[in-house]
Amino acid sequence: MEQLGRPLLRDILLVNVAIGIVGISYGAITVSQGLPIWLPNLMSVVVLGGASQFLFTGLLVAGASPVAAVVAGALVNARHLPFGFALADTVRRHPWLGSYLMIDEVVAFTLAQRDEERRRATFWVCGLCLLFFWNLGSLIGALAGQAVSDTERWGLDAAFPAVLLALVLPALRDRRVAKVAALGAVIAVVLTPFLPSGTAVLSSLLALLVLRPGKRESTAAGGGR
Amino acid sequence: MISTTTLLVAAGALGVATYAFRAVGPVLHTRLTISETTRELMSTGATVLLVALCVTSALFDGKEWADPARPAAIVVAGVMAWRRWPFLAIVLVAAGVAATLRALL
Repeated sequence: MEQLGRPLLRDILLVNVAIGIVGISYGAITVSQGLPIWLPNLMSVVVLGGASQFLFTGLLVAGASPVAAVVAGALVNARHLPFGFALADTVRRHPWLGSYLMIDEVVAFTLAQRDEERRRATFWVCGLCLLFFWNLGSLIGALAGQAVSDTERWGLDAAFPAVLLALVLPALRDRRVAKVAALGAVIAVVLTPFLPSGTAVLSSLLALLVLRPGKRESTAAGGGR
Repeated sequence: MISTTTLLVAAGALGVATYAFRAVGPVLHTRLTISETTRELMSTGATVLLVALCVTSALFDGKEWADPARPAAIVVAGVMAWRRWPFLAIVLVAAGVAATLRALL
């Protein structure tokens, strides 16, 4: 811990507080939309991946089948595959627990460290903090979601798309990715009134077939923040 | 609504799939390399899905158009994110903009 130094520990703590607040909005939205009060924390322990949990809730609430929600969530988390290769050395001593904690924010903080010992320390401190704050937020949100039936009045419904946008924006700075994503969004919006609820989002993947994203020189991983 | 058993199974399935994606690297990294093209395609696919979810959830309630306060808040959030504001500020301001617009309109 002490080898990380105060500025880095403070940065880690600040990001974790933000993650806790996002967790509150996740828990509140999930429960106030009619899903059971135990679901947010179950998901936050079992999955531990914010974007996929929001997607899972969003699709179920929109009326998609649970199978579609699982497939879409898994697809979103497939971007964690390269993280594992990038951090294989860092988690060598405890690969099973380390794999569990490989979350966007943790990976971003860890890869920013040059020294291998510092990387290791950053990974474990940030990962365990995130596990704690994300679950604490989900719990508070789930309890609040039961008490506050009108989440719209507090603007909580806007927190969800805002979080998604903040998460994907770094990836959208790549022009080619932005083009495919824009086409996908247009397809989804146009089809939303006509397709069974929840499936329009999945139709956005058609954009990958229309605009085949070619090879890029940069290797920016999607969604990291 | 969806049954408890279905939700438990679905949560478990997503958890297992997610853990598997994260663990492949540490377990196999000396034996296997993912092609750059596959990696790019997966990460672009994830981004496309998240953007589509963001846009449709900003504009719609189910199949009906949402009230204008929500998309307005998301536009503000987008500008803040583009200017690299901290995550925490973006979330709080987005909720604040939507709540304020609704109180005023």
